Amino acid sequence: MKAVCWERTNVVRVEDVPDPSILNSRDAIVRVTSTAICGSDLHLLDGFIPTMKSGDILGHEFMGEVVEVGRDVGNLVKGDRVIVPFPIACGRCFFCTHDLWSCCDNSNPNASLAEKLYGFSPAGLFGYSHMMGGYAGGQAQYVRVPYADVGPFRVPAQLRDDQVLFLTDIFPTGYMAAENCDIKGGETVAVWGCGPVGQFAIRSALLLGAGRVVAIDTVPERLRMAADAGAETLDSLHDDVFERLRDMTGGLGPDACIDAVGMEAHGAHLDYWYDKAKTMVYLATDRASTLRQAINCCRKGGTVSIPGVYGGFIDKVPMGAAFNKGLTLKMGQTHVHKYLPRLLQHIEKGEIDPSFVVTHTVPIDDAPAMYKTFRDKRDGCIKVVLKPH
Amino acid sequence: MAVATGRRVDPGRLEGQLWNQSDDYANIDVNVGRIERWMSMLAGGALAAYGLKRRSTAGGAAALAGAAFLYRGTTGHCNVYRALGINRAAGHATERGTGRIADRDSNTRQKLGGRRGIHVEDAVTINRPVAEVYRFWRNFENLPRFMQHLESVAMRDEGISHWVAKGPGGMKVEWDARIINEVDNKLIAWQSLEESMIAMAGSVNFDETPRGTRVRIHLQYSPPGGKLGAAVAWLSGEEPSIQVREDLRRFKSLLEAGEIPTTQGQSSGRTGDRR
Repeated sequence: MKAVCWERTNVVRVEDVPDPSILNSRDAIVRVTSTAICGSDLHLLDGFIPTMKSGDILGHEFMGEVVEVGRDVGNLVKGDRVIVPFPIACGRCFFCTHDLWSCCDNSNPNASLAEKLYGFSPAGLFGYSHMMGGYAGGQAQYVRVPYADVGPFRVPAQLRDDQVLFLTDIFPTGYMAAENCDIKGGETVAVWGCGPVGQFAIRSALLLGAGRVVAIDTVPERLRMAADAGAETLDSLHDDVFERLRDMTGGLGPDACIDAVGMEAHGAHLDYWYDKAKTMVYLATDRASTLRQAINCCRKGGTVSIPGVYGGFIDKVPMGAAFNKGLTLKMGQTHVHKYLPRLLQHIEKGEIDPSFVVTHTVPIDDAPAMYKTFRDKRDGCIKVVLKPH
Repeated sequence: MAVATGRRVDPGRLEGQLWNQSDDYANIDVNVGRIERWMSMLAGGALAAYGLKRRSTAGGAAALAGAAFLYRGTTGHCNVYRALGINRAAGHATERGTGRIADRDSNTRQKLGGRRGIHVEDAVTINRPVAEVYRFWRNFENLPRFMQHLESVAMRDEGISHWVAKGPGGMKVEWDARIINEVDNKLIAWQSLEESMIAMAGSVNFDETPRGTRVRIHLQYSPPGGKLGAAVAWLSGEEPSIQVREDLRRFKSLLEAGEIPTTQGQSSGRTGDRR
């Protein structure tokens, strides 16, 4: 079968690899009909996530048709059309049974690697480094899905692939980011990063009752997409973000700030170049200028919610600001399983149509070129869907 | 969580009886001086590491020589000195015996005491009822399903079991063990029979906690090949405490998820794996 493989930093290729097979009795094999490139895949392309190996199959946003099930998968049959959550979860450990699916205790075969860096191991993820399990991903024609009796989620035939595909990651991720803001009605939420996750965070915050959303980015088409959803926009290249947010909120600051950028923040300020220099000589691993700004801009007693991915260490976190303003920081890989029924309902009722975010749909053979188009934000690229067949 | 009172047996006491360390452990002639032992360990470690890295005949020889120095350093016993009748260990008794297990005191505890034995403790919490966890472990034949170094365990009558393990370098190690302590849903302890080729003992405590069943394991054994074997195993990355942690992780997965997570056999674009 064809699969998108990571070769080394800056190089992904489409390779011809063996078809996957059932390895455990709770596995299923899914024939992939649609798969997407995630912003977090760009961290892999750029070499920001450790423990990748040449030849690893990428991809954690995918859906398709069940073609084979292991003997302990009682709830799926061949032909079921499913989306598959990006965290792999057993469904039975303490964490899964407490709706902390991305913290599953049993799904990472390389837990000891993750424990070295994080103390304890999070769940295994599809196509996201060996520290996160080393599972082959879904940017391929077929994929093996472990714990298939728990993860895959059936979707109705009347909804198109591009309307439900993003239930695998970015829609729940944006939604959890907004939910973490503890919105009760009428709040002002500032969102840094208007990539796909930021777009869903903006729409989710409004769905949850935020009074006002301010979207911050530098890319015009992304700001336009945010404005389409009803957000006010700031261009962080030209606007003084702190002063503008302060003005817009009558001197209070936003009630909640969402960092939908993560560890590869870009910026024009001094601290960006400071981070860039440090990461280049491995004194730090992640660039954190967005997080610093979000903490600084947030009102006293507010919440900073972080759906953007961080992998290692960051420097110069304004801990004093966070502490003395009494901020709440919430973050983590998304507990996708928890949100699926709720979010499917929003789609079915027509309250949101996730396909708005797609700018490019291409055959899987074009994946290597599209990784770069997406990373460099060329050609108005916001979200890429790959068609493997 | 403390052990609840009012139970039939206090496992802490049982454990104390089983695990009280005796200071009488130096079953090996110490005939090498202290500074010399340190130097032996350092030189041996370096030599063995160098040899293992080279992966050639010469490298193998260097590794073996290094291992011999390591043995000399860790045990304080030098066969060459012994053959020559030299003893540089001032103040160390040398009349304690030959270091072989079988002809010493018949008590397994003593055989395993101190430096002669490898001693590992670890714990894991499993989101299953204590009775189920206990029952699974009590059937020793289940142990090879998650203990990677065990090939098989066969239950025989009257609490006797036959164990087959994979030793270093593909060597097969076998022994018989007897259950020496057992409290339903609370404790299992076993030890090898006198005539076994290796000495080992183990105990597992089971406690109910608000997070599930806490399993605490104690393992002690004389490694195949003695301290030397342990040093070689350590150099090749087989650290007993890491092995036990991985085994307990697999045990937890097996009981909670019904299977052990794996990626063995999945496809990738690595050379040799491509079509």
